[in-house]
Amino acid sequence: MKSTLVNMVLSLGIITVVAGALLAWVFSMTEGPIKQADLDKQIAAVSAVTPEFNNDPVAEAVDITPEGESTPLKVFPARDAEGKLVGAAVESYSSAGFSGDIKLIYGFDVEGNVTGYEVMSHAETPGLGAKMGDWFKMSEGKRSVIGLNPSATEGGLTVSKDGGQVDAITAATITSRAFLDALNRASRAYSQLKSSEK
Amino acid sequence: MSKLKILLNGIIAENPTFVLMLGMCPTLGTTGSAVTGMSMGLATMAVLICSNVAISLIKNLVPSKVRIPAYIVVIATFVSVLQLVMQAYMPALNELLGIFIPLIVVNCILLGRAEAFASRNGVVDSCLDGIGIGFGFTLALTILGAVREILGTGRIFGAEIFPETYGSLVFVLAPGAFIALGLLIALFTKIRTRSC
Repeated sequence: MKSTLVNMVLSLGIITVVAGALLAWVFSMTEGPIKQADLDKQIAAVSAVTPEFNNDPVAEAVDITPEGESTPLKVFPARDAEGKLVGAAVESYSSAGFSGDIKLIYGFDVEGNVTGYEVMSHAETPGLGAKMGDWFKMSEGKRSVIGLNPSATEGGLTVSKDGGQVDAITAATITSRAFLDALNRASRAYSQLKSSEK
Repeated sequence: MSKLKILLNGIIAENPTFVLMLGMCPTLGTTGSAVTGMSMGLATMAVLICSNVAISLIKNLVPSKVRIPAYIVVIATFVSVLQLVMQAYMPALNELLGIFIPLIVVNCILLGRAEAFASRNGVVDSCLDGIGIGFGFTLALTILGAVREILGTGRIFGAEIFPETYGSLVFVLAPGAFIALGLLIALFTKIRTRSC
């Protein structure tokens, strides 16, 4: 078809309007299920990382802003039958990653030792940084963060390349730093929760 | 061209990975295991069929000077729809493929087929072309993923064939993707040229 200004503007205009309407419709249809899927994931992650609890940590979640920061973190307290704090899951983030923010949930026991973690969302390089989901649970070398206590170390945990305690993911040091950045942030928020409970 | 020939064209004669060598980014990036390779192939196939049909429907209404932007809007729309649907109903798979789902927009296979086939053929033929090319891409990614997975970790579709310690990690990493792809292209070309 011959191109004139009018028919170019018209055809592109119509195509984008139709595309926009289609996207708006699909978005409204999937909005609920996407939120539900995120919530399910959050509940599963909280129960996976925290020590055994007797309450509903998701319902009792509190927002805690670590000192010197502006963004609050979601802390899910885990309590035993008597209501005593046995640990918590903390949803934390880091902007220090290789591409975009990474979001993770970390679990702590009552002393502040890491009991587990789950990656919630990230855009790190597949095959390199994306390995953080398993890497920091592996027992080889100094990879695992499970059982370490970030609040007991001055300045928090760092990768061994920076003179720290944890081996970085091969070829993904930036992601590893971001992972520990998020972990230290979570640990600070948890310490604040503990001191406010005393 | 007969309908069957259009369908088979994408699988053998114009296999997007082994012959046309288009869409190398997801080919190398998502074939760390057979499952991710196959999922990526199927996701691309779904978008390709939709975009081929839509583009062949609008081909006579789009002025030739703005056809490329128009095609890209169509493709991007279907990719966004796919991503929303995957986030809602297949969150685990969406996470596995991550950034490679939105990247389907810039996959050369889609724009290539829109320009070379869908804008010149009818709706039925374009749909068949989408199925054929999409299936060829899925097949190629699954084979490549399976080869890399078995050489790298000793597993295939997650089932152990031999212990992981005998695997060579390089095949799971990026260099192994190039090596495995090169060898598979050579093998495919050998078989293809002999048979025709």
